[in-house]
Amino acid sequence: MTTHATLAPSATAPATGLPSGARRAAARKAALHWIAVHALGIAAALFFVLPFVFVFLTAVMSDSQALTRDLWPRTWEWGNFTTVWDTPGFLTWWRNTLLYAGLGTVLTVVSSTPVAYALAKFRFRGRNLSMMLVISTMMLPPQVVIVPMYLFWAKQLHMSGTLWPLIIPMAFGDAFSIFLLRQFLLTIPKEYTDAARVDGCGELRTMLRVVLPMAKPAIAAVALFQFFYCWNDYFGPQIYASENPAAWTLSYGLESFKGAHHTNWNLTMAATVLVMAPVIVVFFFAQKAFIEGVTLTGVKG
Amino acid sequence: MSAVHPMLRAKRRREALRILAFMSPWLIGFSVFFAYPLVSTVYFSFMKYDGFAAPTWNGVRNWSYVFNDYPFFWPALRNTLWLVVVMVSLRVVFGLGIGLLITKIKTGAGLFRTAFYLPYLAPPVAATMAFAFLLNPGTGPVNHLLGKAGLPTPGWFNDPTWSKPALTLLALWGIGDLMVIFMAALLDVPKEQYEAAELDGAGPWARFRYVTLPNISPILMFAVVTGVIQTMQYYTQPLVAGKVASGVIGGSGQQFEPGYPEKSTLTLPQLVYNLGFQRFDTGSACVIALVLFALAMAFTALLMRRRSGFLTAED
Repeated sequence: MTTHATLAPSATAPATGLPSGARRAAARKAALHWIAVHALGIAAALFFVLPFVFVFLTAVMSDSQALTRDLWPRTWEWGNFTTVWDTPGFLTWWRNTLLYAGLGTVLTVVSSTPVAYALAKFRFRGRNLSMMLVISTMMLPPQVVIVPMYLFWAKQLHMSGTLWPLIIPMAFGDAFSIFLLRQFLLTIPKEYTDAARVDGCGELRTMLRVVLPMAKPAIAAVALFQFFYCWNDYFGPQIYASENPAAWTLSYGLESFKGAHHTNWNLTMAATVLVMAPVIVVFFFAQKAFIEGVTLTGVKG
Repeated sequence: MSAVHPMLRAKRRREALRILAFMSPWLIGFSVFFAYPLVSTVYFSFMKYDGFAAPTWNGVRNWSYVFNDYPFFWPALRNTLWLVVVMVSLRVVFGLGIGLLITKIKTGAGLFRTAFYLPYLAPPVAATMAFAFLLNPGTGPVNHLLGKAGLPTPGWFNDPTWSKPALTLLALWGIGDLMVIFMAALLDVPKEQYEAAELDGAGPWARFRYVTLPNISPILMFAVVTGVIQTMQYYTQPLVAGKVASGVIGGSGQQFEPGYPEKSTLTLPQLVYNLGFQRFDTGSACVIALVLFALAMAFTALLMRRRSGFLTAED
């Protein structure tokens, strides 16, 4: 009986059992694969997200609880954020950061675009050399020329204690922005510019009316990168603005905040949240442009 | 010369002027904010100058001071080597792993991608402060959880053997840039090659080894070289981590000897600041700047040779 029963399915196997069994095995394998991939994905997501969560949870703890090993706030002290906001200087740092990042971004885009256009669309002697120099300066740490630059701004132009030594150079092209824009402009077919020229457009009008509208994603990416660069910059403000707290930016001031509240991890983390938040909000609105920009730096060319 | 028609010559001159006009922002910027200060850096590297009294000739004394007597130089170089070997390679491997993972995720891919990418955007000072808190040996959540699990609880940013691993964790957290680049590269691998390999009976590992890797090797190379170049620029995270962990912190006036704990977080860019802006030894600061210049240029040249597409316009 028992042998018969076990034999019965295998007897029908050649007809229908095996294919359906194979299909079931394949389906099971696919399901296992799905589970494995998504379990790994969740584990990775925890690694990336948990630091934000812990920072936030500490930011809303009371002063005394923030000194303990507790992970979960007993009381939710939303007032920590207003305490940070009302700290003398915090608003000034915000204003300075917006000025630096806003003006810096506009100047960078305006001054880098024609250079990128020339490097992508004109043929001239020295073009490859120029491109080589652009890439080299892009790769160099700012510390390489900081000593003479500081002497120039501080001793000759008496501008230390302000952010102008950081903003003014952005009116003269930024190597990374030129590089990224040029990589994108290369992908725009010559036919468009040729057609515009045949129609009697000057080079400037061709650039402004024909090419730039097509390059909007790249310009958006460059603007975002530059905005973030300024927002995150620590070394620049440290060199030029450290002597004058009225000129500090958020990135620079945040650190001194820790100094003034050295036992208050909750307030320090609340300040950290307030510095991170704008960047994250901007990212959610411009995610696509951003990711396209990152891809452009690595894959094209 | 005389064979060139005057109208043609006028046209050429107009063209040259136009190129000059388009290039002018960068031509000025490059000369004033790069070429001139670079020459100036070379000049100061041979001068004795404290930023106040007039500079005087110092021969190669700045150079010999940096290489023989400046206590921070060799530790900083050793740390840089450690970071290149450990941090850069771990970042490339982890970035590739996360890139592979995100191409395999079918459900909620957008949500996962955002979660993986977001830390890359956290401002470095804020991210470093966050990690200094998370990893702080006394009350930080990481050691709290490790302790509960019965695992060792290192001193992280307060322990010279653990400070660079802690910085590496922070760098792995911000893997978003590499993830996006690898993701794009992986999606560019022709599907037919995978299908052909599968028909030949290649398992997942063989497919990765013989189809994926050869296809993405230029991007791997790009990631390694730019990683090395970024290490030459590594400044904010080690400095802020050292400051926060040491408890010496604050904006103006306060002096902080970089490298806490025990020079373990020193990097070359910090030495430029330490020498030039804390010790007022402009000459020696310029020596470090030139060492940094030589190292960064060497790897940039490597990158440009490997990816000549950066230079030539395909027209």
